[in-house]
Amino acid sequence: MAQNMMTGAEMVLKALVDQGVDTIFGYPGGAVLPIYDALYQQEDIKHVLVRQEGGAAHAAEGYARSTGKVGVLLVTSGPGATNAVTGLTDALMDSIPLVCITGQVPTHLIGNDAFQEADTVGITRPCTKHNWLVKDIKDLARVLHEAFYVARSGRPGPVVVDLPKDIQLTTGLYTPPANVQHKSYRPQVKGDLNKIREAVELIAAAERPVFYTGGGVINSGPQASQLLRELVRITGFPITSTLMGLGAYPASDKQWLGMLGMHGTYEANHAMHDCDLMICVGARFDDRITGRVSAFSPNSKKIHIDIDPSSINKNVRVDLPIIGDCGHVLEDMIKVWKSKQYRPNRAALEAWWKQIDEWRARDCLRYRPSSEIIKPQYAIQRLHALTKGPNTYITTEVGQHQMWAAQFIGFEEPNRWLTSGGLGTMGYGLPAAIGVQMAHPDALVIDVAGEASIMMNIQEVATAIQYRLPVKIFILNNQYMGMVRQWQELLHGNRYSESYMHALPDFVKLAEAFGAVGLRCEKPDALDDTINEMIAIRRPVIVDCRVDQKENCFPMVPSGAAHNEMILGPEDEAHRDISVEGMALV
Amino acid sequence: MEPIRSHTIAVLVDNEAGVLARVIGLFSGRGYNIDSLTVAKVEDSRNLSRITVVTSGTEMVIEQIKAQLDRLVPVHKVQDLTIDGPSLERELALIKVVSTGEKRVEALRLADAFRARVLDSSTQSFVFEITGNTSKIDAFIDLMRGLGLAELSRTGVVAIQRGTGAL
Repeated sequence: MAQNMMTGAEMVLKALVDQGVDTIFGYPGGAVLPIYDALYQQEDIKHVLVRQEGGAAHAAEGYARSTGKVGVLLVTSGPGATNAVTGLTDALMDSIPLVCITGQVPTHLIGNDAFQEADTVGITRPCTKHNWLVKDIKDLARVLHEAFYVARSGRPGPVVVDLPKDIQLTTGLYTPPANVQHKSYRPQVKGDLNKIREAVELIAAAERPVFYTGGGVINSGPQASQLLRELVRITGFPITSTLMGLGAYPASDKQWLGMLGMHGTYEANHAMHDCDLMICVGARFDDRITGRVSAFSPNSKKIHIDIDPSSINKNVRVDLPIIGDCGHVLEDMIKVWKSKQYRPNRAALEAWWKQIDEWRARDCLRYRPSSEIIKPQYAIQRLHALTKGPNTYITTEVGQHQMWAAQFIGFEEPNRWLTSGGLGTMGYGLPAAIGVQMAHPDALVIDVAGEASIMMNIQEVATAIQYRLPVKIFILNNQYMGMVRQWQELLHGNRYSESYMHALPDFVKLAEAFGAVGLRCEKPDALDDTINEMIAIRRPVIVDCRVDQKENCFPMVPSGAAHNEMILGPEDEAHRDISVEGMALV
Repeated sequence: MEPIRSHTIAVLVDNEAGVLARVIGLFSGRGYNIDSLTVAKVEDSRNLSRITVVTSGTEMVIEQIKAQLDRLVPVHKVQDLTIDGPSLERELALIKVVSTGEKRVEALRLADAFRARVLDSSTQSFVFEITGNTSKIDAFIDLMRGLGLAELSRTGVVAIQRGTGAL
């Protein structure tokens, strides 16, 4: 009993240890000083001091996404909490489990506009899965354990525990996790077996099927990726994936069609449009995936496996929804397939693959190579060729470089690809890479960046230096916010309103100023040497890779268009008119 | 376009700080309509509150609203009383009418016909209490408009399923 009496601050640390946390990301401040004091007096949990709280949130996301564990961040009240909001929203959109502990002014000052007070639970209510303001020490241990349970269960997501300073200093009784059970939150993980049987029957009868998989497969754990591979292999069906799902299925496999969606491959999008059966596993029919909804895969039956019932029929009406964790559902599907000794329709599949091969022959990712100037696609191809392996992790910022990375880096394993998919947060990649490197000290962790995005959280290079994290920042520097410029070309008459990056720093000198290594590469024939040098240096490296300023990202499903109305390249683009409705879309 | 229908949804929630803000924030954040909303604690032992919300939308939107409500962590149960029916809906209104002479007599006569009670009166005013479904209350209020309607306070709809079924 006596040993379970402790202060609120000590309780936070105890709960983290009991929840299996070994690393947290944070930034101290007045309202969390008692927790930082408790942190100082223990050795079980390593704290990573970021340079801005937004960095802590993305680093915790990187840690979570690359390990499958819950990421934890600790920030102070007011600006500490508000700075974390973008990262929380990012985690909500991409279903990343985070526990964010925020300091709060003491309970008697709440509502008084005290120094560094913000209504943290009010502000974070729409950008978390759930949040708590703890006003009684008796609730603290339970809330902390519930926070981890809610963050990781069902569709994972971020939660906030707002902790007033006086509660951190009050002594109370600690309850271990085993004694805490949430009273109402029980997400359904097993799928309805009748529906699974129905789904397998549809699969066996399909003539032009396609698997469309997403981040849910990654979230379900590595076992789900293995089960997905087995089901795809025994059916012989083609498979494509969203941005968030890359790595669940090996990109080197012949059944892999590449990513789908706005910058997905021609073959993946055409297969989606023309299929007669779509098997959606852990994806959510996002607008980047569907294009114009009224023209989305008009002649298919759609099976949708998702752990979140609110994802069903949200954007696209499906024929057979199965609520459950994709790992469990895939396992049951394979069992049913085997026990009923189903066989795919070989003849129909052969014709379907013949059609797919014709689409593949368009070679939609091709670009005009150059020996004078580095094409960004070429830079990514070389980066992939020279760094691929099971111990390589890629993070990205947001924009053209992100799409090129998704198109040209082939992922063989889950949890190796970390990108801001739903929210599209520039500045995600560097702190995320720091989170990955903390979890995987011996891994090669590369942030594929743009020169605009990297400036959004450049301060985190100092974090990498402090903790000797040898993250690599590979900047495709085209001196433009490339994706903004691409849309201005497509929709706004080439008027490059505020998309040129004036006054860029000298990235080599910037790296050196931080204590990192800076490399610059300007010619294609120097690219391999630069990348190899970057890999060989066991310190943080910034590579300023000067690429073709004018290159755009293709193929592309323009806004408001259907999957089979892709723009394949710059030649193609001139002949396209974007509809007025399309222009209003983001 | 799919037709837009009104639905009455009962939501059983933990009676904890912020739960109503969560529900309201869900509706405003996702652009759903709230035509009426009531909330009160209904179970002391389990500390539960019941929210009754009248909303409207296409079938797909209503499905979304229910799924979105159901995935809120403090939500225990969601019931669509319009679909799961038959159900009873009641609303209570307090209506102040200020008038004299013939209008005052007529207001009292109509109140009697609608089974509204007089809660308060002065020489120039009445406060009526009326209970019923929304359309009955709307009808009574419409009649009072010409008779000196001065102020109106309505509870919004509460509803419950008929028969033995319980949420």
